[in-house]
Parts: sequence; structure tokens; C-alpha cells
Amino acid sequence: MSEVKSTVFLCLQANDETRGVIEAIERDNEHASFDYQPGMVRITAPGTLTVRRETVEEEVGREFDLQELHINMISLSGHVDEDDDALVLSWDR
Amino acid sequence: MDIAVTKKKLGLKERYALMTRGLGWEPTYQSVDDVFPMDSFEGIKIHDWDAWEDPFRLTMDAYWKYQAEKERKLYAILDAFAQGNGHLTLSDARYINTVKLFINGLAPLEYMSHRGFAHIGRQFRGVGPRVACMMQSLDEMRHAQTQVHAISNYNRYYDGMANFRHHHTYLPYLQVPRSFFEDAASGGPFEFITAIGFAFEYVLTNLVFVPFISGAAYNGDMGAMTFGFSAQSDEARHMTLGLEVIKFMLEQDPDNLPIVQKWLNKWTWRGVRVLTLVAMMQDYMLPKRVMSWAEAWEIYFEENCGALFRDLARYGIVMPPCVEQVRKERDHLSHMAWCQFYQARGTNNFHVWLPSKEDMDWLSAKYPETFDQYYRPRFEYWAKMEEEGTPFEAATPPQQCQVCQIPTIFPVAGDPLTRAEHSCTHDGERFHFCSQWCQEIFEDEPEKYVQAKLGAHELYKGNLFGDADPTAEDFDPMAAAMAFLKLTPEDSGLHSDSRDAANFDLWRGLAKANEA
Amino acid sequence: MQMDLKTVNIEPKRRSYAHVAARIGAEKLASRYQEGTFDMQVEGPQHYRPLWDPAHDYFDPDRTRIRMQDWYAFKDPRQYYYGSYVIARSRQQETAESAFAFVESRSLADAMPTELRETALKLLLPLRHVAWGSSMNNETTAAYGYGAAITQGALYYAMDQLGIAQFLTRIGLLLDQPEALETAREAWLHDEAWQPLRRLVEDLFVEKDWFEVLVAQDLVLDGLLYPLIYGAIVDNVLAMQGGSAVAMVCQFQSEWHAEASKWIDAQVKAAIKDTGANGDLIAGWVRKWRARAVSALLPVAAIALGDGAEEQMDEVLADFDKRLAKLGVSA
Repeated sequence: MSEVKSTVFLCLQANDETRGVIEAIERDNEHASFDYQPGMVRITAPGTLTVRRETVEEEVGREFDLQELHINMISLSGHVDEDDDALVLSWDR
Repeated sequence: MDIAVTKKKLGLKERYALMTRGLGWEPTYQSVDDVFPMDSFEGIKIHDWDAWEDPFRLTMDAYWKYQAEKERKLYAILDAFAQGNGHLTLSDARYINTVKLFINGLAPLEYMSHRGFAHIGRQFRGVGPRVACMMQSLDEMRHAQTQVHAISNYNRYYDGMANFRHHHTYLPYLQVPRSFFEDAASGGPFEFITAIGFAFEYVLTNLVFVPFISGAAYNGDMGAMTFGFSAQSDEARHMTLGLEVIKFMLEQDPDNLPIVQKWLNKWTWRGVRVLTLVAMMQDYMLPKRVMSWAEAWEIYFEENCGALFRDLARYGIVMPPCVEQVRKERDHLSHMAWCQFYQARGTNNFHVWLPSKEDMDWLSAKYPETFDQYYRPRFEYWAKMEEEGTPFEAATPPQQCQVCQIPTIFPVAGDPLTRAEHSCTHDGERFHFCSQWCQEIFEDEPEKYVQAKLGAHELYKGNLFGDADPTAEDFDPMAAAMAFLKLTPEDSGLHSDSRDAANFDLWRGLAKANEA
Repeated sequence: MQMDLKTVNIEPKRRSYAHVAARIGAEKLASRYQEGTFDMQVEGPQHYRPLWDPAHDYFDPDRTRIRMQDWYAFKDPRQYYYGSYVIARSRQQETAESAFAFVESRSLADAMPTELRETALKLLLPLRHVAWGSSMNNETTAAYGYGAAITQGALYYAMDQLGIAQFLTRIGLLLDQPEALETAREAWLHDEAWQPLRRLVEDLFVEKDWFEVLVAQDLVLDGLLYPLIYGAIVDNVLAMQGGSAVAMVCQFQSEWHAEASKWIDAQVKAAIKDTGANGDLIAGWVRKWRARAVSALLPVAAIALGDGAEEQMDEVLADFDKRLAKLGVSA
């Protein structure tokens, strides 16, 4: 296919509960960019974006079940691959 | 069994498989085709339902837990917003008209969606997709109800919302979203999920619930912000489900490709036509704006659908041909729509206004190619007529497209000054369309679209007079129609003349006086 | 903005949406249940007939023989709308979660007599398929029923049954290895004890009248199965023999049924009250499916009760018939 690299995104509500998640995403995804709009943050990344449970746990200081993301998630794009340790969004699978 | 056996630790995927598809079995006392009679007539071939990949893996216990947490938060904010007269913190009373479009145009569709997903959640013979569809059916009930609840407090103070049930069923402009959804729901299960998962969830809700709702937050509507973002968190699951079904069909059999391509072509266009309303909400109805329709379109259609179609290319899917026209219309859509609603304001159940000088400057900056050239002169002319006390208003109902039901106001693509005219004859009757694309949809299933109930036709056929007697000497068809439609003078017309505007100013004045 | 908005006293123009006010009175404040339920489904003209059922409108009251003057007479005594429903279930889910954690952390399953544990597995694990069948049969009403009142309640029931099927799966994983689930499926598909019940469930899959399915599944089959399996066998017989751990992890089911039966009872009562002829239809359906349910459940009860199954069934039936009499159903 063409050389265009598709972008995945994850929109989260911007609140205290997501602060640690956003920091974790920042740590694990150097290529991601963060766009703050009223009430939300839109995180985009070329190709793939990973939310790692371990990193989030370090940031929030407690056990974290990745399915808790559903509470503050607004939207996403890309294929979703979810297991106990990571949620990966990507266009190549 | 005296020795304690160490239990295997199951991963999320393994465990979820046991919790869902492990529950099903192949019936033998009844034939499988009788148990699932509806998932084959569309011609989609599925050889192995077990190849289905679950996108999200929520078991009911987790679902109840997380959804309950969302609901607790949502209702706490709705209660606080209502108790604190939150509507008076809005940027401007004009904003309330977007709320009216939500309750009239969208909330009833959410209920339709609940039913549509219950239907396919019963009919797909694969357990995995069935469970996901059931969950979506439940989520859609949530969306219908949270919208009704969030807007309930607005309805107590402002007009145009009290009759949303009746208006959604009968008011001509609301047949645009309604017929879109009924079109999908009356199709087979695979077409339904393609239509809704792709056109409605992936394209439409992303535009409504992300940039528009962020705009609602910016205009001070915490209630809408909360239900909007909270609903979209479910939509993230839904669009993933819809796209997974599309890929699943394409992976299962090469014969599915032309069918899926046809549906994507059709529903991209159908979806874009409904988005006309959202474009107008975004550019004209938000008093304070975060981003223009064209900007939102770039992100959520060009970028996001571009990625999707690049991904589907491996199966042979191509970008729908209508997209060329959609791109040409991008910088016209919201302006044309607002002009149309301005002229037809006597039959709307929300208020309209002309953009202020400041609004128009913003629109020229966002639409440098089109606004000053085609639309500013019109708005300035209409403003002059308003000043002179003779505001312009259309006298007759417009001709509507037989498929999308939007008035046939669209220009020829690339030629903004010529109105597009498309029509064909079916069974001796002439049918009109807004575009080549709606005509193609009609010609593929004419027996379906001839059934459409177009507002103007219904009026001329006498179907909108209720109990009034058209043979009576003093019969006034317009008055009878207005009474039947339950459209009051307070619901319609110019914002500046409205009771809503007057009350908002009065109440806000009281609030400011209290402070002193 | 420095406004003291709470102290502004402004007069609302109306108390609820027009269609809600028409039902409860314009002066009444509507509950969230009422606003979220009444008239949510389109009535009146619809644009297109469904390709999948061209003989009917998309929403069509004729998909059952039940007739109603008012389809919103199907009120939920629990007044569940989505929010109150998930919040109620999340609380029950939390209780169930602690029960599973308690049993697991203290290895109570291992402390159970082997024979008892095997009986529990043999009895309970195939029931996950029965619950899934019940879920499907309620999905039928959610899809083809008429009016938001009944489709909403039926969908909650369908989701609850899916939840129960998943709790039963977890019991299998708690008491045994994942392979136990496969053994139970084999039993469900082939053991004689389960075949009449499986046949009944599959017959309901093809039944077209959604209200008949609702009566057969929710009132009759579940109305006998829950008191028999969870009430009589799990909570009494197994608990007495050292299986209280099993009773603990089945608590959700017992509590759920006490609540859900109030819902189905209210639907049946509403149908009979609304239109007299509905009573005869319902009584006929109850007679038809009651006989089949009894003979289908007896061999299942025998897995735990042996020869005592019949006597236990008689007790359950006596209570069930009292319940029917209260509803005005003469079976």
C-alpha cells in the first residue's frame, strides 16, 4: 500500500483520574502528541499507541486494571489489541 | 483428587472466550437455520464464526461495575447542573438550540439502535458477535435515556423540546435522521451493522460527540459534556465492533467484497448527508467555537477514515467514489444548511438567527474559498431585510430528495451556482434526488425508497391534518398541519423574537441582580 | 462568572415532556424511569418495511397474539432505567465478587467432600447453557417486542442471564480446571438427563410469538428452575452436606430470581388486566410449557436428589401454582 503512515488516536477525558494514565502514555510513547481541548485530551500517534498496565500502575501508585480505561475513554481509532498487560492501538496487525 | 492441583491462570482472552463463545452450542432439536433465520439472505458468506476476534473483552461483572461508575458520575453532574440552574451559565441562549437538535434528532435514534442491536444480537449465529451486539443494545438504551435525562431540565425552561417524540415522528426535517436510521434497521443484519458501525458510530458519532461536545463544554454546558463524552466511551467499543464485523466479512469470503463495498459506498454517502445537520451545529449554532466543521472533518473523516480505507485496501476495498463530491461540498455544507433552515424557520422546532459581523469574520477565516464569495452577501442581504422589518422567509415547502429527504438544495459539485437536479422514473412515477449518489441508492432498491414518507408529500396527501376536516368550508390546511404537528409559534422563528431569548436574559438578569 | 445561581427563583414552563405529561398529568414531576421509558419507541408511520420481515412493520404490535390498549402498561415495579439497573447490579456484583474471593482465598472448594463437589459441578455447569438460552429468549422480546417498557425490561433480563452464565463459568473455574466446562458441555449435548431440557430451550428459540416465549421462559421455566436448583438444592441440600461454599458463590442467582420474578409477574398481570382475552392465551401457554418444564427439570434435579427429585419438585410446584393463582392465571 501507499507510504502514508496512518495515525491512531485515543481521546480521554481530562480529569484527575486520567492524569496518571496520560503520563504513562507519554512515557511509553515518545512519538505520540497530546492535544488538549475543552474537557478532553486527544492523543495521536503514527502507527501505534500502547497503554501499559505496569507504567500506569507506577504513575497512579495502585493496581490498575486496563479495563478501567473505559470509564474515562472518549474515543479511539485503530485496531484494538487488549490483554492483561497492555492495550495496543495500531493500524497494522 | 486428594492432591491439590495448581489452578491454571487464564489470560484475559482465554477467559473471555470461555465466558462467551463457550456458552453457545449448535442446536440439534431444531435446525440451525430455523434458530437463526435472518443472517444469510443478504448473500454474505460466513464459513467459520469461530474465527471472530473480539475487540473488547468485557464480561458482565466488569460491565456492570464500570458502567455503574460512569452513571454515578453522570447523574451527579446532571443533578448539580439542574439544581444550580446551570443553564444560566451558558455562553449564550442561542446554544440551547443545539440541545433541541439533540433531543429531537438524536435521542430517538438511540432507542432505534437499542432495538436494531437487540435484533442482530439475536440473529447472528456466532456467539462472540452476538454477545457484543447485546451489550451494544444495552448501551444504546443508556444513550437514549441519558440524553432524555440530561435535556429534561432544559425542557422545563425552554421551548422546542417538549414534543420531541411527536416531532421526531412527523416533522419533515427530522425525517432526515429518522429515515437514515430506519433505512439501516430495515436492511439485513450485516448491512445494519455496517451502516451503523461505520457511518453512524465511526464517522457521525465521532464528529458529534468529540469536537461538538468539546464545543458544548466550551459553551458552559457541563451536562451535555458529561453525557456526550460518557456516551462516546461506549461508542469507542461500538465502532470497534462495527469495523471488526466489516473485516470479518471480508476475511471470510472473497464473494463478500462487492456487497461490502456497495454498503460502504451507500452508507458513507447516507452518513455524510445526515452530517449536514452536525456541520451547521458546529459552524453556526455554537456561540463560542472550538473548531470549524471543515477542521473537524479533516481530523475525523479525512485522517480517520483515510486510515480505515488504507487498512481495508488489502481486501480490495476502495474509497467510495462519492468522497470526491463530499470534499467539494465540505466548505459549503454548513452554510447551505443554515441558509435553508433560516428560510424555512416557520416549520422548525428550534430558532435561527443571522450570523453577526464577528461570526461572519470567523466564517470567512475558516472558509476562505467559499464564505465571502457565496454566503456573506446572502446573509448581509437578509440582515438588511430584517432591519427593514421584512425578513425573508420561504413560502412553500421545498422539494425533497427521495432518499436522504434533504431539500434538493445542493449545487452541482464544483459549480456552486448551479443547483443539481437528478431524477428518474419508476413504475410511471417521477422521483427526485439531491445527487447522483442518492439516485444510485434508489435505483439499487427502488421498492424500498418509494415507501419513504416525504414531508411535503405527506402534507399534500392530507396525512398531516389530524382530526381536522379538509372538506369544511373554513378549512385552513396550514393551520391544520401546524396543529397536527404540534408546532407552536414559540417553537419556531427567529431567536431574537423568541420567548427563550427573552427569558434567558430576564433570568440571567435576576441572577446578576441577586449578586448585588 | 460571579453569579449566585442557586438563589435565582425562576418558574419552569412545564414539568416534563409532553408525551410524559399526557400520561402522568402536567402538574406531576416525572421520574427518571418515566422519562426514560414512555413512548421512546416510534408509533405511527414508519418509512420502510424490514427486508427481514416484509409481512410486518419494523415496529409492529402483531408479532404477538397478546393485545394491549396501552403497551406502556408493562411497567417495571423496580423502575429500572439503565442507570438504576447497572448501579443495582454493580452492588450485587461486588457482593458476589467478595464471595468468590472468600471461597478462593480460604481454599473452601478443596475442603468440600469430593463427591459433593462433583455433584455440584455436574448439576451447575451445564446450567450455563440454560442461562445463555434464557438470555437469547429474552433478547427475542428486546428485539421484537412492542414499546420501550417491555423491550427494556427484557433486555435487562437477557443481560442478567448472560451474567449468570458467566458466574456459573467462574464456579467451574473455581471448583475445577477449565476442562470441566467441556465435560459439562458434553453432558448438555449428550447425557440423557439434560436432553428434555435442551429440547425445550431449543424449541423456544424457534417460537415466533415473543410474549409466549416470555411466559414460557421467564415465568414458567425460570420460575421452576431457580426455586428448585438454587432454592431447594444448592441452598438446602448441598449446603447441609458441606457445600456452603457453593451456596455462597450462587447467592447472586437466588437474589436475582427473587427480584426478576417480580418483574415478570408484573408483566403478566399487566397483560391480563389490560385486555381480558390475554388471560386465556397466557393460561394456555402456561399449561403447555409447565408440563414440559416439569418433565425436563426432573432428571436434572435427580443428579443431586436421586429418588427425592419428585418430592422436591412437588413442593416447588405447589409454590409455583400459588404464584400463578395470585397472578390470576388458572393453569
